[in-house]
Amino acid sequence: MTNELHRMPSKPAISYSHVTKSFGSLRAVDGVSLDVAEGEFVAIVGGSGSGKTTLLRLANRLIEADGGTISVEGEDVRGVDPVALRRRIGYVFQSGGLFPHLSVADNIGITPRLLGAPAAGIAARVDELLALVQLDRDAHRDRLPAALSGGQRQRVGVARALAAKPRIVLMDEPFGALDPLTRDALGDDYRSLHRKLGLTTVMITHDMTEAILLADRIAVMRGGKLLAQGTPAELSTSGDAYVLELLRTPRRQVERLNALLPQGGAA
Amino acid sequence: MSVLADPRWGEALAHLPDYLGNHVRVSLAALALGLAVSLPLAILTRNHPAPRAVLLAIASIVQTVPGLALLALFYPLLLLAASVTLAWFGVSFSAFGFLPAMLALALYSMLPVLRNGITGLNGIDPALIEAAKGVGMTARQSLIMVELPLALPVMMAGIRTAAVWVIGTATLSTPIGQTSLGNYIFAGLQTQNWVFVLFGCLASALLALAVDQLLGLIEGGLRQRSRARSVLGAAGIAALVAATLVPSMGRSSQGYVVGAKTFAEQYVLSALLRDRLQAAGLSATARSGLGSSVIFGALKAGDIDLCVDYSGTLWANQLHRTDIKPRAELIAELKTALAKDNITLLGELGFENAYALVLPKKRAEALGIRTITDLAAHASTMSIAGDYEFFSRPEWAALQKAYGLSFRAQRQMQPDFMYAAVASGEVDVIAGYTSDGLIAKYDLVVLDDPRQAIPPYDAILLLAPKRAGDERLQAALKPLLGKIDIATMRDANLRASGNDANSSPDVVAKWLWEKVGKQ
Repeated sequence: MTNELHRMPSKPAISYSHVTKSFGSLRAVDGVSLDVAEGEFVAIVGGSGSGKTTLLRLANRLIEADGGTISVEGEDVRGVDPVALRRRIGYVFQSGGLFPHLSVADNIGITPRLLGAPAAGIAARVDELLALVQLDRDAHRDRLPAALSGGQRQRVGVARALAAKPRIVLMDEPFGALDPLTRDALGDDYRSLHRKLGLTTVMITHDMTEAILLADRIAVMRGGKLLAQGTPAELSTSGDAYVLELLRTPRRQVERLNALLPQGGAA
Repeated sequence: MSVLADPRWGEALAHLPDYLGNHVRVSLAALALGLAVSLPLAILTRNHPAPRAVLLAIASIVQTVPGLALLALFYPLLLLAASVTLAWFGVSFSAFGFLPAMLALALYSMLPVLRNGITGLNGIDPALIEAAKGVGMTARQSLIMVELPLALPVMMAGIRTAAVWVIGTATLSTPIGQTSLGNYIFAGLQTQNWVFVLFGCLASALLALAVDQLLGLIEGGLRQRSRARSVLGAAGIAALVAATLVPSMGRSSQGYVVGAKTFAEQYVLSALLRDRLQAAGLSATARSGLGSSVIFGALKAGDIDLCVDYSGTLWANQLHRTDIKPRAELIAELKTALAKDNITLLGELGFENAYALVLPKKRAEALGIRTITDLAAHASTMSIAGDYEFFSRPEWAALQKAYGLSFRAQRQMQPDFMYAAVASGEVDVIAGYTSDGLIAKYDLVVLDDPRQAIPPYDAILLLAPKRAGDERLQAALKPLLGKIDIATMRDANLRASGNDANSSPDVVAKWLWEKVGKQ
């Protein structure tokens, strides 16, 4: 199903074409071309300094490209007002990025408020989103971010990104700082939201296991270059040693776990 | 008990609504202006390191100027500005009192507000500014919805510091004509009324403390995001401002304002003049503690209606004359010159308060010194003390020239301490005032000036231009002209220099009137 989707000649939601971006003498993104189809979930995998975060931020013009072309839903982003662009693309920040002086409800409702939505409409939308990300309305609505656990904060971060009903969501290592149990649950929950709402999602992660479990397609970056892209199965046929090594790691971990844990013990 | 039973506490308390109200009014205005200028500057320069550094450097330099000097500087500055606007636009404004005090204090409040504003805005987690951008805020929305609220606790701490500084420094605005809690302190220091000094210090300290605690409550509320605490603090501030301002408002207009410089004789005479006007059925108040360079300008501009000045002072400072004329001739010439500015020289009070070289009688007799000529022979082994302005005045230059005076050392002193210093032998000679009561008290002698190097200093009554034709006023003052001789004034000044309930200027003024009014 997912393979068919990306092979259909549908118009890409996000399209990078020969994109470059340098910071001083450092080439952070070096001639990257990548299409993300509508409804697709793409994970960008790479180590720190690989250029994955820069690539993500170029899409909503948090960073401006030096060369190449980026289009979102068919429009060249250079022709779109950056503020309007960011309001129609959801963005989930690393460890939440919640405003500490605003309540959960005010954090979630911020983009609709910027778009001039009426207060009653925003309140109803906040309640709807709290239910969507599985947070108890009465217990959490009026709390400040400091009073939430890491997982709850990230759920609020996801709710905030979805508040203005975007068709595209960008996620910057959204689950990286969470404990493994919370991380697993949150990943699964987001994956089903992505499907249910028909979103296009681009997620950054340094964890190949997470990428394999959540994404339809994986793009591997290193030193600003896109080394490979495709489904996990397609990646395993890649000739690149670094890509193969990344793919082998999850399996090796499973084998070691199997050896260490008694059979069926985890159940 | 006896300390608290002192009636001067009651007298001090009676002034509190006026002094406190004016103190809070000028502090509040200065702080508001300081904030209105500094906060936008902090916001504008937050992403521009170079102008930010320049701004902070300027604010720091301003801070190193002593408060008293900064306040004093604003008076001539505004006089100049007022004359420029008068020449160019035909409008003028008062350079006296509220305006210069407010401007100087506003300038003084800028450093803590600027520094904390910049620190607060630059200390915000860059990830949050990125998040503000990411959710679709414009730069302006990010500033208003995210950066300012997050910087607010740090900014509030700066505002708190500024408020305490301004309240403390506002006590120094008395000499430029702004009534404040400093009136207690200046009057108390000049008339040795330690009750007033203590009262003024306590009142301003308590005010600063209360404001500090209430602003601290707001700051804490902002830090802990507790609306209740912030609201409580703000309500406290509002209540404090209302409580201090309301009693001083709705008072009848001041009527005639009698100006007085910053020494005991002037406090006594201004109280006497005020009492005379009130006895004649006129409404009058005394505005005392004015700097001696401020008072003439204030009279000319009509900020005060009348004052006592000294012929020699005006001769040198306003007419810029260095030649010396006999008493009557000098006053006649002065009268004509002042009339050009529409100032009325109503007449002399009868005594002279000149600078004079003074030393203990016993010492003078032992050395055989009776005149300044005699003194010149011993001067090279002697030290001399004068008030803060004496050594830069033309009289000092004239004395040195006429007698070839050259002392071993010269020192500046608070006038009230000078007499005790010469009596105890801490200095050998002082430049005292002929009408000072302490001359008799310490058994000192005034040296003759045979070469007439020091001009006459007759006490004269001056009226502001707007009172030139005011016959009721003149009629009320006429009985005083020529009535106060030097012995009486010395006696009055001696009484005023005591530290007890009978030494307050009001009491001494009544004594003085009983003495001269019956003649």
